[in-house]
Amino acid sequence: MSEILQYIFSGITNGGIYAIVAVGFSVVYSTTGVLNLAQGEFVMLGGMVAISLLNVVPLPVAVVAAVAIVTLCGCILEMLFFRHLRSHSILHLIIITIGLSIVIQEVALHVWDEKVRSLPYFTGDECSSIKLAGAAISPQVLWVLGAVAVVVVVLQVFLKYTLVGRAMRACSANPDAAMLAGINIRNMRTFAFAVSAAMGAIAGCVISPISMTQYDMGASLTIKGFAAAIVGGLGNPMAAVAGGLLVGLVEAFSVMSGLPAAYKDAAAFAILVLVLFVRPRGLFGTRDAGSVREC
Amino acid sequence: MRTLLGGLAGVLAVVGMVASGVVETFAKEELKAEPPIKIGALFAVTGPAANLGGPEAKTAEMMVRKINAAGGVLGRQIELIVKDTAGSPEKAVSFAKQLIEEDRVLAIIGPSTSGETMQIKPICEERKTLLISCAAAEVIVNPVAKYVFKTPQKDSQAVTWIFNTMKDMGITKIAVVTGNDGFGTAGKKQLEELAKPAGMEIVASEVYDKQATDLTDIITKIKAARPQAVVNWSIVPAQSIVAKNMRQLGMDIPLFQSHGFGNLKYVAQAGKAAEGILFPAGRLLVVDELSEDHPQKKVLAEYKKDYEATYKDDVSTFGGHAYDALAIVVEAIRKAGNTQPDKVRDVVEGLTGFVGTAGTFNFKADDHTGLDLSAFEMLTVKDGKFTIYKKK
Amino acid sequence: MHKSRTTLTVISLAAIVVVVQLLTHCAGKEYYLTQMIMAAYYSIVVLGLCLVMGYAGQISLGHAAFFAMGGYTSAILTTTSFSAAAGTGAGRILRGLGVFVERADLYGGQLVTVNPWAAFLMAMLLTAAVAFLIGYPALRLKGHYLAMATLGFGLIVYRIVLGSEFAGSSDGVTGVPEWRICPGLVLGGSTEYRVANYYLAWGVTLLVLVLLLNLVRSRVGRALRSIHDGELAANAMGINTARFKLQAFVFSAVLAAAAGCLLTHYNGGIGPSEAGAMKSIRYVALVAVGGMDNLLGGLVVSTVLTFLSLRGYFGTYDHAVFGVILIAIISLAPEGPLKPVAAWFKGFTVRKGG
Repeated sequence: MSEILQYIFSGITNGGIYAIVAVGFSVVYSTTGVLNLAQGEFVMLGGMVAISLLNVVPLPVAVVAAVAIVTLCGCILEMLFFRHLRSHSILHLIIITIGLSIVIQEVALHVWDEKVRSLPYFTGDECSSIKLAGAAISPQVLWVLGAVAVVVVVLQVFLKYTLVGRAMRACSANPDAAMLAGINIRNMRTFAFAVSAAMGAIAGCVISPISMTQYDMGASLTIKGFAAAIVGGLGNPMAAVAGGLLVGLVEAFSVMSGLPAAYKDAAAFAILVLVLFVRPRGLFGTRDAGSVREC
Repeated sequence: MRTLLGGLAGVLAVVGMVASGVVETFAKEELKAEPPIKIGALFAVTGPAANLGGPEAKTAEMMVRKINAAGGVLGRQIELIVKDTAGSPEKAVSFAKQLIEEDRVLAIIGPSTSGETMQIKPICEERKTLLISCAAAEVIVNPVAKYVFKTPQKDSQAVTWIFNTMKDMGITKIAVVTGNDGFGTAGKKQLEELAKPAGMEIVASEVYDKQATDLTDIITKIKAARPQAVVNWSIVPAQSIVAKNMRQLGMDIPLFQSHGFGNLKYVAQAGKAAEGILFPAGRLLVVDELSEDHPQKKVLAEYKKDYEATYKDDVSTFGGHAYDALAIVVEAIRKAGNTQPDKVRDVVEGLTGFVGTAGTFNFKADDHTGLDLSAFEMLTVKDGKFTIYKKK
Repeated sequence: MHKSRTTLTVISLAAIVVVVQLLTHCAGKEYYLTQMIMAAYYSIVVLGLCLVMGYAGQISLGHAAFFAMGGYTSAILTTTSFSAAAGTGAGRILRGLGVFVERADLYGGQLVTVNPWAAFLMAMLLTAAVAFLIGYPALRLKGHYLAMATLGFGLIVYRIVLGSEFAGSSDGVTGVPEWRICPGLVLGGSTEYRVANYYLAWGVTLLVLVLLLNLVRSRVGRALRSIHDGELAANAMGINTARFKLQAFVFSAVLAAAAGCLLTHYNGGIGPSEAGAMKSIRYVALVAVGGMDNLLGGLVVSTVLTFLSLRGYFGTYDHAVFGVILIAIISLAPEGPLKPVAAWFKGFTVRKGG
């Protein structure tokens, strides 16, 4: 019994990491219709910047400053590469985010280097864990889950109750109508990129103690977070979180079921393909969330 | 018509490029009287194996600068042509052919991974070019190919060290976790082959990916199989996650790692969880503990000092493999007294008592690794540092 | 473009192929051909992907997986020893048919393996079947969903070859034999038949180009382009868009597999990096830079860039170069860089003439 619980904990650990990446996708997608395949690079940058800052300032300051810096990066990237784009076909948007992801990764390789780094555990250390009914979980996982919860709640409140948030939702629902209503769609898009970059950076900081930070970590997190966002349902932060946890659990249980661990990632992607074929709007997605919109 | 024109413009570009390349190389060849000795290097400076290729390329470049500053070999400078393979075999194939046919290198050092080495092994063999690989897998030198050597210690010897230490500790049931890269795969094969003769039983075996974020699931499975010790055989940073997850799950059985753990970064990543990890490795990591009269002391101390001064970074065993590969080639040229490829190869094969970072090399016609069990030392981690393990 | 133009294009390309060979021969720099051969095979994948992206308007982020399926299938079948199976009744029949052949390996051991021809056919069939199974549901999805489904599929293939012992795990498959296509023509990496291989590679590539040029100018091509311009309208016109898209997808997957197969024989092996997402993205980049619906542009661009990359001109910035190219093209010339150049050239000549 405690073993099954341990697998669940394992699934939640990985799932929480995927979830926090997935939420970032959701924000940009629902506001702009762009699937930002460079999301994982924000996660990497967040971790890297925080680690570098840790040399001069204490941990909390480093984290906050890293989030601020990466947010700024998100703004700049949007203004440089998306604002003046002449073509808005999905093909072109996907390709340009892929290009960005490659370039950011290469820049990181030459700025930092190929070596692995990490932030220290926020509480406890590498060995400490919280025991529950015979199963154990690292306190850092609680930090990850806490960050997911805070991010989602803040995001919901922001989207529902603030003017900017409502404007963002308006852009998502109908960009033309939003423009007619006097909303500056371009600024909203920049803002959405900023928010998702901030989320990526937060993710990069909280997961760094668990999974470490290396220049090439972004791509695989992008793909996993993406899978999570799509399995859950694009455009809805809650669904993205559910999708993330689900993908994590599928991986853990694929190991438990005796499938060689070499195929654990294949299992995660199989779920992704299956969901796409059977229920493209995601398990928890709603039809109006922009998930079936064709730009 | 547009497409046609556009296309033709591009095609002309190809022709122009080839032509300019031809002219350029023509122009170059007339200049020097005493040309430098060309040595090719294939390292995965970027890509998934960058943590191997990075220090390897840095080491080789540093050494060449040093050798050239001291007057070179046989009075000639060394020209090192480093190609970044990014860990992909098809690039290794392309670059190897290029180095051999075009640059006409005397020898190739690298590649960093066993997959790439295996792809170019037949190429070097066919074209009679000396290849000194920095990858560890035993298939590189077994079966022996006339022109292919390698510098890292044998996996089977590392396994023997691990199993011998286990026997002393009374361990017979083990679990194996390996990385899914070439290093891990090769290690897994040796562990499985040698377990039975050594009286070991492998009760669980799993692999993990370089990009793993957390490995609690695999460790849970391992734990359920109730092993007396775990062997974690990998060369990627994710191996630190195994150590952390084991301690988090409260497993306090001994953790053995491979010589791929020989990098202080990995210890730092595992933090407290790294304490007490046992692993066989060359003496580069514990050079300070060696007595002054140890045959390797001088070479190791010098390499460590140079590398750390040049790059402000800790040495790792990977860079050491490149050091050995280049040092062997240079020594062979020196002993051969000329740069005839076959002569140099024969000298390499006959090299005995050559002290490198991995150990003392004694090559033979049927042994292209040249290292024996004494190349290893059982190390352990104490207070975040490597130290020689002493039997209790 | 008329039929005569196609002929003209292909003849001039063939002439260039010959000129390049003669040039390298005269200069004694025949080693350039090695990378030209490899670039030719990669270009076949790009040509096939052009059909899917430029003409059918679908994005596939999984073409490296098809390439790898072709390469791995033939590599595995031509290196695994079937000595035991060959002794059985069915094995003897297969041997009689020439499916099993006996050969010596690098170290002199005797092996019974599958004939490269049979392996090639099996690889094509397998890829076609898998592409059909993936394409059938995936092509009903729109825009980025197809991209995701193909990316997911590609990653599954990558994980399987990386995690499976029969595919050599991370080391891939090595020791793939030469392929004696006919007397006097051997597909393999040895220096002695490099020139023949160069003509073989470019012959096949130009053949594929002719095939595709004719295809896109036929009824099928018009139908595909109408899908690209507006699927709804095409549907309303009575075009079975789903069927055309699926055919284009399966056809381009088979082309990728064929290229994988040929290159694997040429290189003498294949590794998992050929199946990676990065490779798929590279193919997409090359198609985008070629100008999406420009087969000739795709061929030229992919040959030039792949050639440069394989010769290591980009050094440690190999990936970065491709990333920058992607961004630059999409931001500055989404229709491909060759179009503005061609338009300028045309305008120039017209002005001059008028």
